[in-house]
Amino acid sequence: MARVLLRVPTMTEKGSVIEIRALIQHVMETGYRPNAQGELQPRDIIWTFTCRYGGEVVFNATLSPAIAANPFIAFTTIATQSGPVSFTWEGDNGFAQTETRHITVT
Amino acid sequence: MKRIALALFACCSIASADERRSGLLDMRPEAQAMQRDDSMNPGMLWVLDGEALWGRKPTPAAQSCADCHGDAAASMRGVAARYPAFDQASGSAIDLAGRIIQCREAHQAGPPLARESKELLALSSFVAHQSRGLPIAPPEDTGMRAVRALGQRIYNTRMGQLDLSCAQCHDDHAGRRLAGSSIPQAHPTGYPIYRLEWQGVGSLQRRLRGCMVGVRAEPFAYGSSEFIAIEAYLMERARGMALETPAIRP
Repeated sequence: MARVLLRVPTMTEKGSVIEIRALIQHVMETGYRPNAQGELQPRDIIWTFTCRYGGEVVFNATLSPAIAANPFIAFTTIATQSGPVSFTWEGDNGFAQTETRHITVT
Repeated sequence: MKRIALALFACCSIASADERRSGLLDMRPEAQAMQRDDSMNPGMLWVLDGEALWGRKPTPAAQSCADCHGDAAASMRGVAARYPAFDQASGSAIDLAGRIIQCREAHQAGPPLARESKELLALSSFVAHQSRGLPIAPPEDTGMRAVRALGQRIYNTRMGQLDLSCAQCHDDHAGRRLAGSSIPQAHPTGYPIYRLEWQGVGSLQRRLRGCMVGVRAEPFAYGSSEFIAIEAYLMERARGMALETPAIRP
């Protein structure tokens, strides 16, 4: 499991704009870089990031080899209801990770 | 007259105030924000890794770091601010990473930690993070004085095909630019750092290697007495400045 830093407000008012931040530990190896022996290192990147809020997709992103290691994604959404916010990263070599946090909307 | 004297005194005291700057202040605002907010700082990933390693036994029979040292927040507070320190047993100076390697060998009988390995960087980040915000306080003992003198000598020695010393850039031209990059004052306030260029965490010695390769000199070996001496001298120059681990640098 890759290490993840998430910032999701735990409590907020209904209708307010909330900022969500997600940082994941990943090498994002481009597939174009040679190693010390001069051989190309195989590509190993995260391809997609999806955020679901109460089961509905509120944000997704397609990543590419040009994106730096440990990709950091920040976005905003509107607090509509109390419920789980889940984050999914998927990538090369079967990389898949999901993290969930809970938002309470008052 | 008295008022003029007071005004003069005020001017002088401002001029003689601390002019040392952490490299943090020379970065663009976005990079500064990245360091100041733990939810954006990728160096925190290494700190979290280190926290996990702190409590884990390297081999089932061995002790974990926590078994001896307990809660790092208490036992490791201020430790990184005092390194490199003089090791009485070996009669030489030792850096924080070296101390962790030594502890692993002597007390944990675990597989040795390689310099710049992910594990060692994680542990040193975690230990140094416990001193974040504390002033750098190099030890005053006589053993370290000789080490620092050697460090200062190396710092002022021209080296490599470009025939440059550390001081020629970092003392004489600090604050100016070398191509697109600003030249910092070389205060090692945030090591191990997350360097954007490396896309990962690295030690001060890796950073020093980068500078040595840059002037076309043959770098010293990791853990060599020369590197530890430079490190000790740089920490002395930065005495009193706050530790920032894990810092972000460009």
